[in-house]
Amino acid sequence: MVSRPHGGRLVKRVATGRRRERLVLETTEMYSLDLTYEQAIDTEDLGRGVFSPLEGFVVEDDFLSILNYMRLTNDVPWTIPIVLDVDRERARKISMGDEIALWYNNVPLAIMRVEDLYQWDKYKYVESVFGTKSPEHPGVAKVRSMGEFLLGGPVELVGEVETGLERYILWPDETRVLFSELRWRTIVGFQTRNVPHMGHEYVQKSALVFVDGLFINPLIGWKKKGDYRDEVIFEAYKVLIEHYYPRKSAVLAGLKMNMRYAGPREAVHHAIVRKNFGCTHFIVGRDHAGVGDFYSPYEAWEIFEEFPDLGITPLFIREAFYCRKCGGMVNEKICPHEEEFRVRISGTKIREMLSRGERPPSEMMRPEVADRIISFRKPFVE
Amino acid sequence: MGRDKGYTTVSIPTTLYNRIKELIKDTGFTSVSQYVTYVLREIVAEHEQSKTVEPFTEEDRRRIIEKLKKLGYL
Repeated sequence: MVSRPHGGRLVKRVATGRRRERLVLETTEMYSLDLTYEQAIDTEDLGRGVFSPLEGFVVEDDFLSILNYMRLTNDVPWTIPIVLDVDRERARKISMGDEIALWYNNVPLAIMRVEDLYQWDKYKYVESVFGTKSPEHPGVAKVRSMGEFLLGGPVELVGEVETGLERYILWPDETRVLFSELRWRTIVGFQTRNVPHMGHEYVQKSALVFVDGLFINPLIGWKKKGDYRDEVIFEAYKVLIEHYYPRKSAVLAGLKMNMRYAGPREAVHHAIVRKNFGCTHFIVGRDHAGVGDFYSPYEAWEIFEEFPDLGITPLFIREAFYCRKCGGMVNEKICPHEEEFRVRISGTKIREMLSRGERPPSEMMRPEVADRIISFRKPFVE
Repeated sequence: MGRDKGYTTVSIPTTLYNRIKELIKDTGFTSVSQYVTYVLREIVAEHEQSKTVEPFTEEDRRRIIEKLKKLGYL
């Protein structure tokens, strides 16, 4: 039995067959709202059950409850409101009770029933969710640019956000069946936005010692210049799994989901999302979902103490390094040796070497993984 | 902003109340109510877990298995 969906029920609000055809036709008669990429991704995640038990964008009561208590009004833990913002001009054209069409890239993506339309206090939001009002924080900057009104209500998908990476993506109902077919009862989730280095492998295998299976779940979507391209991340992981993981011990599948850089609150959010995918455990890393110096390195670990009823077990595994005296990958907790023996894994150094077509040292990255990344003519986003 | 969270009263024996009050001294819990809420949430979540029913039909399951086979997961 995989993990119980968060809130007790896995949401799936995807119109199919004749119903979908009818809804698509009806969108031409509805008020149309063009979504940004990030709004579209949130919409798709809602409809696909990634954010179960949410069936749509949050209404004001839940919004306030999440900010104040990190729980929905029905007491279920929830740390980041999933919101749909509109500016004043658009808000004037929408009324509660309306059905509106959500469009992305000139294609209808979903129908939304508007159950709530409310103004929000952005300062309160950023202080609660990000713990700061600083415009240097990317989440705060993002919120400042959003509309003054929020729409709340359930969505029903009639389309999908195409990324060209559909072959890599699995949704919660699919992974739950997959884990059950693999006879996994305990599954640890690992979130990433990077190619795997030795530190990642150490953390994943440390967790895998205690569970039946590992679910590697890279985030797909918007990336900034210099990041590894999504396809490169997948291919690098495939090589790692093929050469270094026991057969049927790891599943690799992507997730279209926005990063919010909300540190501790987002760490809990990520755990809830993986619970919906069927995970029983979730790896919470150093400075999980952090950015800059806004959160202390292990702040994201402390917040989990407030959720005895989360329904997924966080695994706190410290950052790994290679110790020449120990002769292997270790971390602060198990290695007594001085810094001079330690080879720290530097993402920047690895990136620089790979971009020159050089293999990083084997203490940092598996040679097969490095070779696969180097084989791409353009491994980085330009 | 800042609406009050709804609370209600549940009775527990005074002896239990006193035991908890003693127990939470010098811990992070600042009141018996806070402790009882924490413990109840943990227990309720465990009980809910045992009542899980997978949210898809056998037909959904067959369709998903076909897709997983095509993608090489099974």
